[in-house]
Amino acid sequence: MGSPANPTESPAAGNAPPEVPPAQRVNRAPVLGDYFFSTLTGIAAAAVVGLSLLLVAVLVYSSRSTLSLFGPSFLWTTVWRPAPANVFGIVPAAEDTLLTSALALLIGIPLSLGSAIFLTQHAPTWLRAPIGQVIELLAAIPSIVFGFWGLIVLVPFERYRVEPALQGTLGWTGLFNGTPIGIDILTASLVLSIMTVPTITAISRDAIAAVPRSQKEAALSLGATDWEVTRTVVLPYSQGGIAAGIALGLGRALGETMAVLLVIGNRFAIPSSLFSQGETIASLIANDFTEASGPLELSALIEAGLVLLLITLAINLAARAYLARSQVHEGGFEG
Amino acid sequence: MRFDRLGRRKLLSHLATVLSGAAMIVVMIPLVLVLYEAFTLGGSVLSWSFLTSDPPTACSPRAGVACPVGGIGPAIEGTFILIGLAGLLAVPVGIAAAMFSVEYGDKYPAARLVGFVADVLSGVPSIVVGVFVYSLVLLYDPAIVFSTISGSLALAMIMIPIVTRTSEAALRTVPRSMREAALALGIARWKTATRIVLVAAAPGILTGVLLALARVAGEAAPLLLTDGGSFRGFAGFDQQVAALPILIFTFADSPYQNWIAVAWGAALVLILLVLALSIAMRLVLDRIARRMGSV
Repeated sequence: MGSPANPTESPAAGNAPPEVPPAQRVNRAPVLGDYFFSTLTGIAAAAVVGLSLLLVAVLVYSSRSTLSLFGPSFLWTTVWRPAPANVFGIVPAAEDTLLTSALALLIGIPLSLGSAIFLTQHAPTWLRAPIGQVIELLAAIPSIVFGFWGLIVLVPFERYRVEPALQGTLGWTGLFNGTPIGIDILTASLVLSIMTVPTITAISRDAIAAVPRSQKEAALSLGATDWEVTRTVVLPYSQGGIAAGIALGLGRALGETMAVLLVIGNRFAIPSSLFSQGETIASLIANDFTEASGPLELSALIEAGLVLLLITLAINLAARAYLARSQVHEGGFEG
Repeated sequence: MRFDRLGRRKLLSHLATVLSGAAMIVVMIPLVLVLYEAFTLGGSVLSWSFLTSDPPTACSPRAGVACPVGGIGPAIEGTFILIGLAGLLAVPVGIAAAMFSVEYGDKYPAARLVGFVADVLSGVPSIVVGVFVYSLVLLYDPAIVFSTISGSLALAMIMIPIVTRTSEAALRTVPRSMREAALALGIARWKTATRIVLVAAAPGILTGVLLALARVAGEAAPLLLTDGGSFRGFAGFDQQVAALPILIFTFADSPYQNWIAVAWGAALVLILLVLALSIAMRLVLDRIARRMGSV
């Protein structure tokens, strides 16, 4: 500031080295601020990364007594006998977790995809935004509310209407043996599918909406019907996004606790039919954690949490890998 | 023959359209029913005194005995304290981590790990977060395993990845030219990041914070293991506190009719709270969209 050089004379004084020292003065103060800023945010970033390592470390450390006592046999033992017997294995809970989630997806995927296709391809334009927003709001409703509704409304409906009818018509399959009391694996799967459908629908809808108009018009101009456009252009193009939505829904279903806890019946045994009472890993932890018979059962429950963590982690990483691969393919235009 | 095939194709196409519409209706039925039951059954007990009173004692109606209705005052208080404290813990960490990842991602490749880790953490089941925080606090001090601070830590652990991911996405939408313009004016890097980039990304970050708050307000599973079931209001950070999701769980799974009625009221209040946060988020999003349209 206060430079004696007159700006209008700049052509004459093209080289003006006296301008450099002020720039250096401006530079000196910020170095300290930058140092603090990068250090503070760096600590936060390290904390987030460290949190994930701490998560695994604490779970392993706190379940060390069962990890060392049972070793891998925890993964194939089918009984959960608290003190004084102290024998613990995860099989029935893991089986119920995978069974309810798979059943929920079996019911939920066709419905979600149908809804997403309807919302993007067939629904009247004025209806698309409001229904889309309602679906997104429903995805935010707490799971405990779905569990509560399931227990009070869905369980009696299943018990007196749906399950006797299923037993009457499809009883020969052996899937519907036992007394239909409404609190069972089938109802838990239904509640899970109701909860995961908004998530899968919302993400699939976004993926389908991103399909370029030109691609659809190209197929239409070749004489394809609406369904043929959907089948040959829209679904292949959006399959990466749809798969991501399904993986997210699956992750949510596998780890869901409250909704399952209220309607599954909490019985630790390998199910003999869809009307059997069961217990998923998450509901087992929620049920027994605060009433554990002793330190060894607590350690077994923490190890169950570790198993659940690894299952959901594997699903998420597989989905990411698939998504990355399908994006590469889309970029390469493999059709 | 040729026309027959075209007819079949058209028929198939119409059938697919009808089926997709039917799927939409089937999907909406249970979801609308959940809201309907919550609004009718919950709405019938809702009143000012319901929002402020203590929960009732367990009671089933018999001849000549009227059951007290009570309320959910302590649980509302507890939920606000739990999510408020969780937000205070999680929001600064999440935003700062996202800023480091965005501002220093070029300089330190490891900074980009933040986004990946936040992605992975957001997929961790909430019950596992409960187990983790329980075990962690148990190692530190067994006396406060079931406490307000322990519950808030669990909720903060769920919030951090959500805040980090959405903040990172919002910070990345700030154009590079804006940063370069500020740096070219001689403004220090930290000032550029906090006074210019952060301000420009603030609405996007706010939606992430609201999303995270809406998510943890309804979490019951981690609180079961870290806060436990209490019917009392706030009594100190080392004490247990009531919370709406826990109250719904305890009362829903009980044989007492007045408790089930209170649970419906609490479910409605929880839905309204989550809806309010979601609507606030949508308003912010609309403002971002409008601002982007006007630029």
